[in-house]
Parts: sequence; structure tokens; C-alpha cells
Amino acid sequence: MRRAAALLLFAALAASATGKEAAPAAADPVLEKRVMALAEELRCLVCQNQTLADSNAPLAEDLRNQVREKMRAGKSDREVVDFLVERYGDFVLYRPPLKATTILLWFGPLLLLAAGFAVMLRRVRLRRESGEAEVTDADRKRAAELLASGDPK
Amino acid sequence: MTRFAIPIAIFVALLALLGIGLKLDPREVPSPLIGKPAPHFELPELHQAARTFSERDMLGKVWVLNVWASWCVSCREEHPVLLDLAASGAVPVYGLNYKDRREDGLAWLKGMGDPYKISIFDFDGRVGIDYGVYGVPETYVIDKSGIIRYKRIGPLTPEIVKEKLLPLVRELDRA
Amino acid sequence: MIPELGQLALALGLALALAQGLLGLIGAARGENVWMAATRPAARGQFVFVAIAFACLTTSFIHNDFTVAYVATNSNSALPLQYRVAGVWGGHEGSMLLWVLMLSVWTCGVTLFSRHLPQEMAARVLGVMGLVSAGFLLFILFTSNPFVRIFPAPADGRDLNPLLQDPGMVMHPPMLYMGYVGFSIAFAFAVAALLSGRLDAAWARWSRPWTTAAWSFLTVGIALGSGWAYYELGWGGWWFWDPVENASFMPWLTGTALIHSLAVTEKRGAFRSWTVLLAILAFALSLLGTFLVRSGVLTSVHAFATDPTRGIFILALLALVIGGSLLLYVWRAPKIGLGGGFEPLSRESFLLANNVIFAAAAGSVLLGTLYPLALDASGLGKISVGPPYFETVFVPLMAPALFLMGVGPLARWKKASLPDLASRLRWALAAAVLAALALPFAMGRWGVMVALGVLLAAWVAASGFVQLYEKVRNAASGVSAWTRLQAVPRATYGMLLAHFGVAVFVVGVTLVKGYESEKDVRMEPGDTVELGGYTFRFDGVRDVKGPNYVAGRAQIPVTRDGKPVAMLYPEKRIYRVQNQPMTEAAIDTGFTRDLYVSLGDAVSDTAWVIRVHHKPFIDWIWGGCLLMALGGVLAASDRRYRLAARRPREEYAVAAAR
Repeated sequence: MRRAAALLLFAALAASATGKEAAPAAADPVLEKRVMALAEELRCLVCQNQTLADSNAPLAEDLRNQVREKMRAGKSDREVVDFLVERYGDFVLYRPPLKATTILLWFGPLLLLAAGFAVMLRRVRLRRESGEAEVTDADRKRAAELLASGDPK
Repeated sequence: MTRFAIPIAIFVALLALLGIGLKLDPREVPSPLIGKPAPHFELPELHQAARTFSERDMLGKVWVLNVWASWCVSCREEHPVLLDLAASGAVPVYGLNYKDRREDGLAWLKGMGDPYKISIFDFDGRVGIDYGVYGVPETYVIDKSGIIRYKRIGPLTPEIVKEKLLPLVRELDRA
Repeated sequence: MIPELGQLALALGLALALAQGLLGLIGAARGENVWMAATRPAARGQFVFVAIAFACLTTSFIHNDFTVAYVATNSNSALPLQYRVAGVWGGHEGSMLLWVLMLSVWTCGVTLFSRHLPQEMAARVLGVMGLVSAGFLLFILFTSNPFVRIFPAPADGRDLNPLLQDPGMVMHPPMLYMGYVGFSIAFAFAVAALLSGRLDAAWARWSRPWTTAAWSFLTVGIALGSGWAYYELGWGGWWFWDPVENASFMPWLTGTALIHSLAVTEKRGAFRSWTVLLAILAFALSLLGTFLVRSGVLTSVHAFATDPTRGIFILALLALVIGGSLLLYVWRAPKIGLGGGFEPLSRESFLLANNVIFAAAAGSVLLGTLYPLALDASGLGKISVGPPYFETVFVPLMAPALFLMGVGPLARWKKASLPDLASRLRWALAAAVLAALALPFAMGRWGVMVALGVLLAAWVAASGFVQLYEKVRNAASGVSAWTRLQAVPRATYGMLLAHFGVAVFVVGVTLVKGYESEKDVRMEPGDTVELGGYTFRFDGVRDVKGPNYVAGRAQIPVTRDGKPVAMLYPEKRIYRVQNQPMTEAAIDTGFTRDLYVSLGDAVSDTAWVIRVHHKPFIDWIWGGCLLMALGGVLAASDRRYRLAARRPREEYAVAAAR
């Protein structure tokens, strides 16, 4: 019942639509896209489990404003990132920079995979070299007896 | 064979890591500014808007910069400690009023007591960002050459003042 | 009265769990039949008392008993009934009780369906589960008692976190815990096998249905969590690689490797020590997840109120349970032996490669999650590891696994032939390549990553069809296709469905990431915005009242080519008790796309910021997960397990396979 009423109202409103195309919320949408793309890779320092793009914390807003200003002034992504890292350290980056202390982090997965495959190949090859188990005559006799006895369980 | 012992070896290392982790605070963001020059600023004073203050004014002296705000609950906790520190005369204490309204900041100091030689008014928080402030209160110790030597994140306690801050100030004074 | 009853019940449950553990393990070691027989009733008794305790806590919630501290912090008299019940597991203490309840439910299940197991093995399995249960009950009673009273009682409770007041939240933890806890059965079987020294195909056949069922639950639990985050958190994302999300994903990855490894051990007796290790690791990762979420060691949006004391206890539990079983592994695994041999190119080796990949994937997620902690602990600085890292690392790992998913099931056991496989799969490959070339264009534009995703998904789906086709074609002639299809074991259908679910999942992820779009606009009433071919019109915001909140509700009719599509009502709510604002996004769900609208802030008396999203095929993500879980259920309910369960206890052959 309520749904029918809603659709009716909806149809009436649709018929009377006179509004304009909405303006983008941001003053400069192209710049905003770039700001948000970078902010998605930065960590909010207050709500530490949100990106700078998503956080509603006042500091996050301030930092987004700073990022926007710097980008508008022509700074590159790299320069903006450096600005933030200078003040807050690597903690603010969700994509850890590649340095001596993070080599293990970035190459670890590949190393794990390679190590896993190396071990696997070695074992498979060893197994093959050790050969199939010998079937002894006693085994053959026992097999024959079992087969002859018939009744499967 | 030794390869069967690899899992437990890794596990023991993991346990050790997690055990250490229990004592650490994952939320704390250490400052990359320790050992670096205090970022430059020139801001109006809280009490006298016409006058400005800069960190350059403090060259040649060891000083403490405390970031506070009237809306900050933990700042109330540490305020008595700051008052004591200022009264002891061991080191001058300067305040950075962060993202506050002038009237609120002045009223707060009037009510709680003013330990600061001068309070600087950082309305939009930009200087705070330059100093890597992400929560209030935070406290810095800056040496005679204007280099940041120590940062305390969170309220000051008497233990921290006694065990970390004052010894450091004494050491820097001698230099 | 009732909370005290609950506490007493927990204590009794603990006593019975200890009895179950000791009777089972010592009884099996000493061959005491009476003791071993007593483990079943002990286990059932434990279930009864834990259930009573849980019922007591639930009753306290339903009756708004704010003298119980836990109820006071997680509930409120204005809270609707279903959320008062869900509030039972809304906080740390109650969720631990849920954990233990699940464990006792699974234990009970084992007592019912283990008649065909040799008594010794059943006693050991129940024994291990009893000890684990005892450990958790001790943890609850000593550090996380939900029945603690508070005097004076507050007039009203602090309310359940508004984010949790939602149907998804009601189901997500129970499903998740069913999964985590279900892996304890595989773990118990592994430890029992190590203790008894017998590890053969029969052992794998007993473990498999339990493990697959647990895996299915975990899949649903994770999917629910992701879906819930999507519609509840308001930013349109569905996976954040948050430490707690990773904590659930690692057991899932390991569990996937485990169910495949069990398949090989059952069929060919190979991989035995590796399967045992995986079973231990899957449960270890479940426990690790419990630790990470509750100890405060990692920050997470998800973490319960943290307390280092609890952290120490869980760490100790982890050390005992996993350390103990890994030590057992060092001692006993070398005696297990190799099992059936196989060529470097064979179904076994494909499955082994699959396991290596999934293990590496789980290891990588663990690495990324704990690396910041490792650096901090060694004083080497503080970093963050987030989605950019995980996405970069995870996708390349999974690509080969997807390729293997197509090839593996068609390869012969023991020795496969590459030319043979290539010829059987050539049409599947052709179909996949065609899809990869064509589908992106149909979506709007061609891109390498999208093409790759489509290629892999289509490959998996197409090779699945090849498998089914071969089953029908290869059967004896003179038999109808329908009869042939019926003859295919349920487990095979389970596998096909689960793999197909993976393909559906990959399609969803690929297309959403490749083609989603959004617009952030400022709207006055009457304004419209266009996105993805749809027109959204803003009709203003009304004030509405909910049971425990007030909200501004926007009305947004959506049309396409002038025809009405949906009416959306995004809201901005303020929950009265906690005074927390919350965005409630409005979603129009569709088979091929979601339209997602969230209300931002008011920028003037009449104008608001509105964000509209167009997300193509996003529901295929959770649809794929559901298919995976259904596949698991099908596989777990295969005839041979049900028949085996009905057979009288098997004669246990002494000779283990070589």
C-alpha cells in the first residue's frame, strides 16, 4: 500500500521535474579526483583505520585541504607525500615505501612462493628417484588370497 | 628430520613478537622531527593579537612547547603538572593554542591557571600540522639551536617530567 | 539470580570440559574403554551447561537487566528486541561465550556423528576439543566474565554500537565463529592422528566433511562481514584488508588449502604430514585471529575493547595449544611416511602447487598484517601496511591458482599428460580468451587488468563445464545423459559449484573495480545528476524518527530513459543514547549493478551534498561466495560420508599405507 503511494507520488513528481543538473560538490572536480586518489592511499592519524579520504576527523579535513592546496599550487603527488611524511613519518602511508627495512615485506610473498615451489619440486623429484615400493612375493600371495576369499565388505 | 621443526621455530618467533607487541602502543605515531630543526612559524600571541612570536625568538635557550586546547579533555589532566613545571623555573614553558577560539582559550587559562610564558594562537592548525600534531596534548623539548629533542604524545605526568623531561633539559642546558 | 546461574553453569561446563579432555586423552593412551566411553556424555553435558549459560545471558539482555555490567555497556531499553539478542555477542565477553557455545555445538555434533570411528580415535578427538574448550572457559571465567554485576545499576544501558544495530551484524559473528570453531575439529583429528600414529586415507575421509562444513560457514561469515560493511559503513567499499578482516581471511586461505590437501590424502594417501600441518595451522590462525582482535596489539576499527591481561591469557592459550601440537608434530610427523607416489605432472602435483600458492597467500597476508608490529618491536620505526600493499601482492598470487583450478580437476591421478590436457581444454581456453577480449568492450572500455580477471574467471567456468561434459560423455553408452548426471557424486557437484562460485566472485571483483563510477554533487531539491545511464533526482530531506534514533531522510527517485527504476531513501541518523551520527546509505540492488546513494552534509538550508555510485556486478562478489559455500555444503553431504557414518565401527586395518 505504502509502496503504491510512493510510486504514485514519484510519478507525479517525475512529471513535474524542473530542477537543473546538480553541480559537483567540489569546486574543481578534476583536482578533487586527484586529491581523493592520493588521500585513498594515506592513513588518517586520528581514526587510524580509515583512509584520509574517508575520515571525518577534523585533522583529516585539514590535511585534505593541505593536499588540495598543494596540488592546486602545482606540486606533484610525490612532493605532497614527502610533505606529509616529513611531519608524520611513514605511518601516514598505506603503501609502505620500499626501503631497507621493508624489502622483506615487499619481496616476502614472492620469496614464500618461490621457496614453496622449490621445496615442492625437490620433494617430488626425490620421491620419484626413490622409486616405487617393491611388491614382494609374500605380498603377491596375500593379495591373491584376499581376492580369492571373495566377500567384499 | 629438521624440516619438521620449522613450523614450531616460526611459531616461537611469532609468540615472542606478539608478547612484545602487548607492551607497545600501536596507535602512537612517533615523530620524525626528533633531531630536526623545529619548523618555522610566525603566529600572533593569544593574549596580545597584535604581537607575533616565532621559534627563532627562542634561539640560544632550551624551552618546552606544549600544544593545548580548551576543548581538550586530557589537557585538564596535565595542567597541574605544567603549572608545577613552570613554577619550578627549570625551563620556560610556551603554549600553542591549537584550533581554538581566542575567547575560549583565554577563558580556559583564566580558569585553570596560566603556566605559559607566552601562548601562541594557531587558529587553523597549520603550525600544528607542521609540527606533526595529531592529537592534543603534545609536548616538545627544543634545544638552544632550535632542534627538537623530545616529543611527548599525550598528557604529561609527574613521572615523565621527572624521569625524561627534566634530565633532558639539564643536559641541553649544559651544552 | 539468573546471571549467577549462568556463571555456575559456566563453571560446571568447565568441569565437564576438563573431564572430557582428560578422560578422552588419557583414556585413549591407556586403552581404558570405560573412560573413553565416558567422553561422549561429558561432551554433551558440557554443551548443556554452556547452552544454559548462554541462555542466561540472553535472558538478561531481553529483560534489560542493567545490574549486569556487560548488559549495561551493550544494550539499552529502547533497543529493539532483535538487537538486544544480537547485543549478547556485541562485546568481547559475550562474543567469547558465543565462541564457546559454538565449540560445544560442534563437539556435540561430533559425538552424534562419530559412531563409525574407532573408539580410540573418537576419544582423542573429543579429548582435544575438550581441552580447547576448557582453555576458553577458563579464559572467560578468569578474565572475561559476562555475568559480572555492577552496583549501583545504571538507570539505562549505554546502548549497542549503532553500527552493529543491523541484520548483517546479527548473523555475521555466529557464522564466522562456526567456521573458526569448526576448524578445531580438523585440528582435533590431526592431533588425534599424530597421537595415535595412524594417519591414513580413513583419517582423511573422517576429517573431510567436518572441515568442508567449517570452511563453508567461514566463507558465509566473511561474505556477511564484507556485505555488511558495504551497506552499513556508507563509503561503498567492501574489503579493507583491516587486521581483523585479515584475521578471518588467513584461516580461510589455509582452510582452502586444507580441504584440497585432504582430498589427496583421502584418494591417494599422499601429502599426509602436509595435511596434518595445514590442519594445525588453520586452527592456529583462527586462534591468532581471536588474539589479534582482543589484545590491543593491532589497531583495528573492528577490535573489541582491548585489555593486555586478556592478551596475555590468549597468548598463553595459543602457546599451549599450538605450541603443544607443533611439538607433537616434530615428534610424530617423521614417522608418517610419504604415501602414494606421483609424477611431477599429475593431479597430485597440481593440488600440491595449489596448496603452496594458498599457503604463500596466507603467509603474505600474515606478513603484511604483522610487519608493522615487527618493525615497531625491533625499534626500526613505524609503518602502515594497507590495501595498496595487499592488492599489489595478493592478485599476482591468486592468478596461478585460478589457472590451476581449471587444469587440476581434469588431470589424472598419479600421472597426467600435458598434450592430453591441452587437447581437452582447448575449447575452454578459446572461450576464455574470447570472453577476455569481448566483455570489457561490452562494459565500456578495454583494460589489461579487467581482461585478465575476465580471462581467469571464464577459464575456471569453462573448464568446469568441460569437466561436467566429460562425465556425461564418458559414461557407458546406452545410458541417458540424465542418468549419467545423476550418477555423478554429490561431492563432484560440490566442487564444480564451488569453483564456479570462485569464477562468479572474480567476475564481480574485476568488473566492479574496473568500471565503478561515482559522483559527488551538491543538490538543491529538484536537481538531478546522471551516472551510468541512470538519472537521480533529489527531492529534499525530511525529519524522521526511529525507535532509538532521529534522522534526516532524503528522497531520491531514480530513472533510466525516463522510466522509473527505484526510490531511494538515504539517511543521516543520530542515535540518541551514544549521540553518534551515522550515514545510512540507500542501495538499489540489481543482478548486474548496484546503485548506491549516500547523504553527505547540508551545505545550506536546502542544499545537501549527495554521493551517488554506480557499481556494476558488485553483488556477484557475495553471490560467488554463497555459491562457494553451497558447493562446500554439497560436498560435505556426499553419500559416502553419510553411508560411512551409518556403518558399524570399521575394523581398523593395522597396516598403514606406505
